[in-house]
Amino acid sequence: MTEKRKFPISHIVSYLLSVGLTILAVFFALGTNLERGTIMTIIGSFAVIQAGMQLFMFMNMTEGRDGWMKVTHTIYAIAMAVIFVIGTYYVMTAGHPIM
Amino acid sequence: MVDIKWDRIIVTGEPLITMAMITMILTVLGVVIALTYFKKWKWLWREWLTTVDHKRIGIMYIILGLVMFVRGGIDALMMRAQTAVPENTFLSAQHYAEVFTTHGTIMILFMAMPVLIGLMNIVMPLQIGARDVAFPHMNAISFWLTTAGALLFNISFIVGGSPDAGWTMYFPLAGKEFSPGVGNTYYFVAVQIAGFGTLMSAINFTVTIMKMRTKGMTLFRMPMFTWTTLISSLIMIIAFPVFTIALLAATLDRVYGAHFFTLSGGGLDMLWNNLFWIWAHPEVYIVILPAFGMISEVVATFSKKKLFGYHSMVWAIIVISVLSMIVWVHHFYTMGVGPVVNSIFSITTLLVAVPTGIKMFNWLFTMRKGRIQFTVPMMWALAFIPTFLIGGVTGVMLGMAAADFHYHNTMFLIAHFHYTLVGGVVYAVFAAFGYWWPKVFGFRLSEKIGKWHFWLFNIGFNVTFFPMFFAGLDGAVRRAYTYSPDASYAPLMFISFIGTLFIAAGVIAFVWNVIWSIKNREKLACGHDPWDARTLEWATASPVPEYNFAILPEVDQIDSYWYAKKRNENFALKKEDIKPIHLPNNSGQPFIMGIIMFFAGLFFVFELHIPAFIASGCFFFMMLLRSFTSYDEGRYVNPEEVAKKETSWREVS
Repeated sequence: MTEKRKFPISHIVSYLLSVGLTILAVFFALGTNLERGTIMTIIGSFAVIQAGMQLFMFMNMTEGRDGWMKVTHTIYAIAMAVIFVIGTYYVMTAGHPIM
Repeated sequence: MVDIKWDRIIVTGEPLITMAMITMILTVLGVVIALTYFKKWKWLWREWLTTVDHKRIGIMYIILGLVMFVRGGIDALMMRAQTAVPENTFLSAQHYAEVFTTHGTIMILFMAMPVLIGLMNIVMPLQIGARDVAFPHMNAISFWLTTAGALLFNISFIVGGSPDAGWTMYFPLAGKEFSPGVGNTYYFVAVQIAGFGTLMSAINFTVTIMKMRTKGMTLFRMPMFTWTTLISSLIMIIAFPVFTIALLAATLDRVYGAHFFTLSGGGLDMLWNNLFWIWAHPEVYIVILPAFGMISEVVATFSKKKLFGYHSMVWAIIVISVLSMIVWVHHFYTMGVGPVVNSIFSITTLLVAVPTGIKMFNWLFTMRKGRIQFTVPMMWALAFIPTFLIGGVTGVMLGMAAADFHYHNTMFLIAHFHYTLVGGVVYAVFAAFGYWWPKVFGFRLSEKIGKWHFWLFNIGFNVTFFPMFFAGLDGAVRRAYTYSPDASYAPLMFISFIGTLFIAAGVIAFVWNVIWSIKNREKLACGHDPWDARTLEWATASPVPEYNFAILPEVDQIDSYWYAKKRNENFALKKEDIKPIHLPNNSGQPFIMGIIMFFAGLFFVFELHIPAFIASGCFFFMMLLRSFTSYDEGRYVNPEEVAKKETSWREVS
């Protein structure tokens, strides 16, 4: 490895952001009087943001010669999971009521 | 929870089961005596049970698959014998239910999967010019877990009772409410264990193909079988976790009294169907795609032509893999979810015919103006095309939701999926056996007996399953152990039974072919490239040395080896070019892990919670042990040894 090691500024920023997001989530969950559904939506979206950030910052998603491949696989896997979950919900509830 | 009758744990009273039990005991005794008499125990342990060589693991997978093929085949014979004539009393209703359940499960999960994963293991690393798979140790664990699952599933009919709710295990029938015995728990636990192995294999193959291709082997220069292995592995990685969770939920229902799929306690029984088919539809594509790959290799080799439309072939399998994930509802149109949902899934289902059709035409165009050699593998490939076509076209019929209400759960469906899975997968596997046998063992299978095998099996297959289309349209339902003498389809059922006898004769011819060819191996011995083939696995000695390639080959186009031969390139090897070759050491850990998993599974089945947790703990301990022993640095094959082995097929100077 001849690459010069740069100061990992992006890692530090995203680390601090992660900590901040976690504290915010705790604040929304315990420190506010919002409705249950609203709280779940807010902290759920925090979780998604944090997961995305971790993938790119700490799990070296786009790095390396086959970075595009990892991105493709991840997007594919997430898309399939979404199809399965939404599809299952749709199939189990649509039209003729089963539930 | 526990209502196991411990005093009646061994199934008795059924003469057929007793016979099977005696046969099994005698076989095991025979093997043990033979191993002791010929002093082969050490050899067995050193060369096979502890091996991490992908070729040997592949062979063991195929042996497992073939043994299961015989077991599942006997189940099939029993079913056809029972339904040959109306109101037959050969099998009871309960016994018939057990037989069709094990037939389905074994043929898909313990026959098709091991045989295909075995062939992938043997061929894929050679085709991409690699020395082994990415994780040889994990490969062995995959195999022993699959074997543990298979063994657990197969002892069920003797110890505790066989599963009896169909290979689809629909709830609520499969739950404790309606099936109180341990039989169905066997299914959930055994399939789970085998599933671990399959998922690990899939990850192993994906990493191997992504990371270990030889120099110049870009993705779009890979042979078609490697492509299908890659896409199949990706489907496994996406689809198996869904099944893992569904099986876990079902196990919790049965063993710990949870209410995921039960009728009482807010369970949702149809959710099992939904999750099962989210896995099981991709699963049938997991088994058919490698078959497409094998057919592609065989057709190209014996037509002496480049595979027609290589890029469209690749894109077709990718599109099939995506479509496979969004068609699952077509297995339960009749659930009553409504016309909108059914229409959506009907459209996605019919779309599958497009890429599959592309592949069909590509094979035909590969043969066009080719110099076709009618070897036994090529004959299987030629027979594959019309049989699979019949399966595909009837699939389109079944895919139309409105029409499906008529075909649903009839023998029409049975005929359809046997035309795709036997006419597709099994034909391709027989083609692959004939084609790659010389690569693995250094001699061919007999062409003459092979043709007997081919014709008997083919005639038998069509005589068995073609009448079922009409029986189904006449109203013969599947999974019914008998029918009225007034039924118009009674003669069709008898014809079907005659067909199975031909299939059995065909399988006996195959076994005889293997035995005869091994006996006459000197006469049938052949060089490293007997078919004048195109891909890299033929660019090394037969049988393949443990290091695969003395020097890793380089490629610059599709079928590079073929063009190198046409250019009369010199394959001679210079001694000074050979470097010591690094190989992993054998390990007994995977075998032990398999045994532990078998017992853990058995304890879970019989709801012995404490032993089950102890056994599971042992398994985690083995994983921990592995982390502390993986510093093992392997061994080196020295250049002199390599040079000596390489002289078997090329000059070494």
